[in-house]
Amino acid sequence: MSYQIPKFRHPGLPVNELGYTKAAYEGSISTLCAGCGHDSISGAIVRACHELSLEPHKIAKLSGIGCSSKTPTYFLGKSHGFNSVHGRMPSVVTGAAMANRDLLYLGVSGDGDTASIGMGQFTHVIRRNLNMVYIVMNNGCYGLTKGQDSATADQGSAGKKGDVNPFSAIDLCSTALQMGATFVARSFSGDKEQLVPLIKAAMSHRGFALIDVISPCVTFNNTPASTKSYEFVREHAEATGTVDFVPMREEITTSSRPGAAYEVTMHDGSVLRLYEDAGDFNPLDRRSAMMAMMNHQHDGTILTGLIYLNKNSRDLHDVLQTSHRPLNQLEEGELCPGNKMLVNINASLR
Amino acid sequence: MKRLESVNDFVIKFANVNGTGSASANNLFAKALFRMGLPVSPKNIFPSNIQGLPTWYEVRVCEQGYLGRRGGVDIILSVNPQSMAQDIREIEPGGYFIYDSTKPLDLRLVRNDITTIGLPLTRICNEKYKDPRQRQLFKNVIYVGALAALLDMDFKVLTDLVADQFKGKEKLILPNIKALELGHQYAKENFDCPIGIRVKAADKVGDKILLDGNTALGLGAIYGGATVAAWYPITPSTSVVDAFEKYARRVRIDPGTGRRNYAIVQAEDELAAIGMVIGASWNGARAFTATSGPGLSLMSEFLGLAYFAEIPTVLFDVQRAGPSTGMPTRTQQSDVLAAAYASHGDTKHVLLFPSTPKECFDFGAHAFDLAERLQTPIILLTDLDLGMNDNMSDPLAWDDSREYDRGKVLTAADLDNMERFGRYLDSDGDAICYRTYPGTHPEKGAYFTRGTSRDEQAVYTEKGEEYEQNMLRLLQKWDTIKEHVPRPEIIPCGKPTDMAVLYFGTSEASSREAVDYLARDGINLDAMRVRAFPFNQEVEDFIDQHERVFVIEQNRDAQLRTLLMAEFEFGPDKLKSVLCFDGTPVSARNIRKQILEHLPGNNVTPLHRKIRANGVGERA
Repeated sequence: MSYQIPKFRHPGLPVNELGYTKAAYEGSISTLCAGCGHDSISGAIVRACHELSLEPHKIAKLSGIGCSSKTPTYFLGKSHGFNSVHGRMPSVVTGAAMANRDLLYLGVSGDGDTASIGMGQFTHVIRRNLNMVYIVMNNGCYGLTKGQDSATADQGSAGKKGDVNPFSAIDLCSTALQMGATFVARSFSGDKEQLVPLIKAAMSHRGFALIDVISPCVTFNNTPASTKSYEFVREHAEATGTVDFVPMREEITTSSRPGAAYEVTMHDGSVLRLYEDAGDFNPLDRRSAMMAMMNHQHDGTILTGLIYLNKNSRDLHDVLQTSHRPLNQLEEGELCPGNKMLVNINASLR
Repeated sequence: MKRLESVNDFVIKFANVNGTGSASANNLFAKALFRMGLPVSPKNIFPSNIQGLPTWYEVRVCEQGYLGRRGGVDIILSVNPQSMAQDIREIEPGGYFIYDSTKPLDLRLVRNDITTIGLPLTRICNEKYKDPRQRQLFKNVIYVGALAALLDMDFKVLTDLVADQFKGKEKLILPNIKALELGHQYAKENFDCPIGIRVKAADKVGDKILLDGNTALGLGAIYGGATVAAWYPITPSTSVVDAFEKYARRVRIDPGTGRRNYAIVQAEDELAAIGMVIGASWNGARAFTATSGPGLSLMSEFLGLAYFAEIPTVLFDVQRAGPSTGMPTRTQQSDVLAAAYASHGDTKHVLLFPSTPKECFDFGAHAFDLAERLQTPIILLTDLDLGMNDNMSDPLAWDDSREYDRGKVLTAADLDNMERFGRYLDSDGDAICYRTYPGTHPEKGAYFTRGTSRDEQAVYTEKGEEYEQNMLRLLQKWDTIKEHVPRPEIIPCGKPTDMAVLYFGTSEASSREAVDYLARDGINLDAMRVRAFPFNQEVEDFIDQHERVFVIEQNRDAQLRTLLMAEFEFGPDKLKSVLCFDGTPVSARNIRKQILEHLPGNNVTPLHRKIRANGVGERA
């Protein structure tokens, strides 16, 4: 690409605990359409990682195929990235996470990549409760092939061509709850104030964390008849109780305001505060969360915010009882039993 | 009638019902002969079913040491009425039919050119045992006891073996020995023992072991340092991961914490399994999957990614009879082309062809070194015959001074000392580039792995010349690979000849035997066993040196021959096919017959030409 990201940064940009400005978390310049919701999500990822003072090289970003899956080029330029095959990112992350449990795994996918070709891997990575953040940039259409309906397009919605989608939609958050996800959230690319703390909370969660981010496709699916347009989502979104995320390192008092309904200590010691602004359900209770999802679907509104969190999540490494040391750091001496054992095995085979 | 007479040289086939515990009794029989110092090759011919269908177990005993299928059956031991008509027809003239005579033999089945021996197995069991399960299980042990008398086996070897097998379950030893004795006694009292075919202890197995290839592969993965296994259950490869897990539980538990120094993930399908292997390998762990034909088909897209993005990948394919679901419990060597060129676009993959359990172990461990050194998928092609049958093999050995070759991987210090890192930059001239594991260095060495075209810095590109340059480098790497993969095994016949045989994998034993038969007919053949793809220079030279080369393989379409013609441009007249694809291991007699048919003076049209000429062919 001929685009160059400008090197100049304001000298007064704030630095985080590692001494990094936000620039340390940016990637190449985006080649997505101007106004694409995905770019806002990339921005939210950059902000969340910067504010959490994460070491960029300790993050691995992986994706499938599609507009959404191109975005890992546009953030975290110091992290290893892996743009795999269509719909199969979850399996690649699973293998990577088995090899090295010490990195933070950020999977980025789209609605086509997740809800159609990758539906099988999506549901199975949830059941295994792999320790990863899974962000869906959900625009209800296949952007890179010019706007076909995806499986998350709502029945009755219409994109740029004007054809009304006759099929029922797959709701990724409901599916995730059904599959036993331990962290489920939905957000909107146009609402960074909500999205950034959700990403931070997801990154602190031990286990599978889904954030389904509705992210309008300005080119093919931002029409008056679309239910994934900026206008429709703004009008129909109903946020759950707002979320404050307090990283472990900060004093809890600094960024808190009174009236928290729930205060949840995350696996890494961070604290998640949920306020009862609009929430009419308990996001720490799976049944209550599922009911809330159904109620909102029935009312034609979009429930955003933290939908469900399981505090007692056990991730795949816990279940498989893998070594605390990353498997990719084990030495030959620990892996190879040597000839002596073969002598015994041979003897038993005679 | 002339009875078959032989010492230490015969084929016996057990006809059983599957799910009745017959396999362990038959295995007891084979192993006892092995312990008597006799080379044995047991072959389990089983249905894709859990209970109730016919299943067979064929054991060849051959003091000369031929381990392939000979062809033909000298003794049938029949306890399955379902398959009795078919079984009895199969016996060589002069052979023996031993059956459960509780129910009288259907007169229509009686053959006058064989010896019929009736053992009232069901009646004996019904008299001695009350529990139905015991009646079923001990029936098998009783006929082994009877065979011991009929064939003059060393009874003590059998009883010792029972004691070994039930070590830790001592309560089972005596009842099993009792059952052996019941059969032994019945045969002694009612027949002239031994029959014309008999065994005699010999010292013909040396330090050999009896082991199935899948267990050897699982062990190879342990010794090769694999820490991640991802798989989806499929016959006949399932026992590879079972074996890996069995030994990992023994040797890979961290003594301090009790935690596991391995991870096994049963995936939702083969696509996910290979994806996990690629993810783990990308992240610096040694990882593998095991599958069979249908799984290989599903893995194709990911294999293309691993080839193009240059990610080490180890895949064990235990081949079975295709196409599609094919005959899932029968053997074939029919994934050669699908594996060699798996995936769309210009792709080629490294193949390894082991032929014994020892080689499954060696190649299984070596595959990880090769994958990391060459940064590409390594597909090890074994098959059901080698994978699931006990094969007599050289013992397994590991050189403790050997070190893993982890390939070109940069450390943080390496990165600090270099000017610019380029993931796809060929700085050594061998077309293999340096890689980094994620998380190595805070500032340097990060790159983007992708299945799209990219430049030497791993940055996306759509420039034709950059794409082409990369594809040509991959082709150059292919040449580097030829220097690293196992070389062929060449066995000259020691006499002047312009003819040769070429084979791979499990066709080895029968091919070698056929070459010996043909030498007795005055036909001298040099032999070469190909052990890997890409073919090394020696393979080309060997074919060049001969006028005519018979390519022996167990598939319909002569896949290895096609591969040889594609890579070397040899003409079809030079390479002649010898094929077996009925799902059973190729036999020496079959190979001999087909080679004779190819020779001048034998006015027989090869099968494929006959099919072309007549539409439908009868077997040539």
